[in-house]
Amino acid sequence: MSRQMLLRVTEVEPLTPLVTRFRFEHPERAALPLFSGGAHVVVEMPDDGVLRRNAYSLISDPYDGSGYEIAVRREDTGRGGSRFMHGQVATGTDLRVSLPLNLFALDPRAKKHVLIAGGIGITPFLAQLRQLERLQQPYELHYAARSQAEAAGLKLLPQTAQVHVHISENGDRMDPGALLEGQPIGTHAYVCGPEGLIAAVMDAGARLGWPPSALHAEAFAAPPPGEAFRVTIGSTGAEIEVGPHQSLLEALEAAEVEVDWSCRGGACGRCETGVRACHGRIEHHDHWLSPEERAAQTKIMPCMSRFRGDRLVLDL
Amino acid sequence: MPNTQFSPSIDSRPVYPGLTPHGASPAIMVADAEGAAALRELAARDASVMDRAQVVLAAGGAAGLAEARALQALQPKGVSHEPDLAAALPLLRRLLAEARMGTRLYLAGSEGLIGQVSALALDAGLPADAIESEHRGPIARRMQCVHCKGITEGVTTDPFTCSHCGLTLFVRDHFSRRLGVFQGVCVDAETPGIIPEPQEIRP
Ligand code: FES
Repeated sequence: MSRQMLLRVTEVEPLTPLVTRFRFEHPERAALPLFSGGAHVVVEMPDDGVLRRNAYSLISDPYDGSGYEIAVRREDTGRGGSRFMHGQVATGTDLRVSLPLNLFALDPRAKKHVLIAGGIGITPFLAQLRQLERLQQPYELHYAARSQAEAAGLKLLPQTAQVHVHISENGDRMDPGALLEGQPIGTHAYVCGPEGLIAAVMDAGARLGWPPSALHAEAFAAPPPGEAFRVTIGSTGAEIEVGPHQSLLEALEAAEVEVDWSCRGGACGRCETGVRACHGRIEHHDHWLSPEERAAQTKIMPCMSRFRGDRLVLDL
Repeated sequence: MPNTQFSPSIDSRPVYPGLTPHGASPAIMVADAEGAAALRELAARDASVMDRAQVVLAAGGAAGLAEARALQALQPKGVSHEPDLAAALPLLRRLLAEARMGTRLYLAGSEGLIGQVSALALDAGLPADAIESEHRGPIARRMQCVHCKGITEGVTTDPFTCSHCGLTLFVRDHFSRRLGVFQGVCVDAETPGIIPEPQEIRP
């Protein structure tokens, strides 16, 4: 588990009807560790007896240690973490926040950066823009949103020639192929947003002959809901029930079974857990295990993945 | 003569897996007299690799002329023929500066050629996974003296004498990707004058 700090919420600002910005500061105004654009923190939410931990990209200036800012989109059908932030957090609330960790950093070998955001996927780029401005590196940012009213990024983006906004409601749809075509060598592309957008950018890159190392996607995502399932702890034989809106990691934590974690989004590899027996099918949702490892069903990433079947015995 | 098989070594030692065609994507191809055969074989496997390829041949003499004609016959977008790599560097710099993402770099020939052009390309921003390489010809190495930083080309024995400062240097597998050179380290620093018998370096 990452080291944590107890931070105080000092600003709450609705950006759109669904998205709210939160600012955290140290209660004694101590400086917080600096980070790099693309980093996220995990916020701990004691919600009615359930301890939720959600990862959020930092949107504030990476060079400013006076506070951390995040933007949270309310997902009414979701797992409750975002509802907790929207419903129960106000100025003055103290919350446990992990140290920043970056799994979506700018590539220092790049000569130019093309940043592609869809919807709330704009968040990691807000911090990266500050870093790029500071480093004086060439970039362009393309931000796609459904409507003007839903585009939370509009309030936070600088109005510069490098920032391009595509509002699909106004008939301006982003074309990933057109963004990547004809870029000079040394260009790296970064995408964060819905899975469809990530796939479209990756496909366009592959079609245009971009090598994989120049295409970056924010891999971590919120754990997907699913049907309830049951797992067995190998060492004790204990049976643990995982609810439809709970991740396996959360269920293990609630049962006080210790599992290491960091990103809670299937990207860092820290929660990797061995499987002793599997009668059924593991639904892998992580970006960590290789296709061979997935097929073997001998490992699971509890932060993201689920199970369907009779019996899953974990090596815990 | 196929791609040279080198013995396994430390991770920093470059490996040259051989050229794989990537269809008609834009390409820059660089070869010396021995490497030109690898380009011809590449085109024999997939003729479309030549459609948008700028070929740079760094090879002097009669062999160079013959290879230039053979490559021309494959009808690439262009062939530039230079007597050696040093003469080809300004052109390569320009081709790289103008290249767009999606461009492949195919390198075939000596370790010195592959190392030097790779370094130039990486510096221009080309990602390493856009570079294909195949080793052909002699296994002479391009060595940098870690003491005076001078570069000695075509080193075939271990140890060898630095052509700049005159120290006797041990041929290491440590490779600088940034400079495209292997590192040579003084062999008798601890025991001045005690120098092992030079051996022919092996793949
Ligand atoms: S905690 Fe990072 S992969 Fe599960």
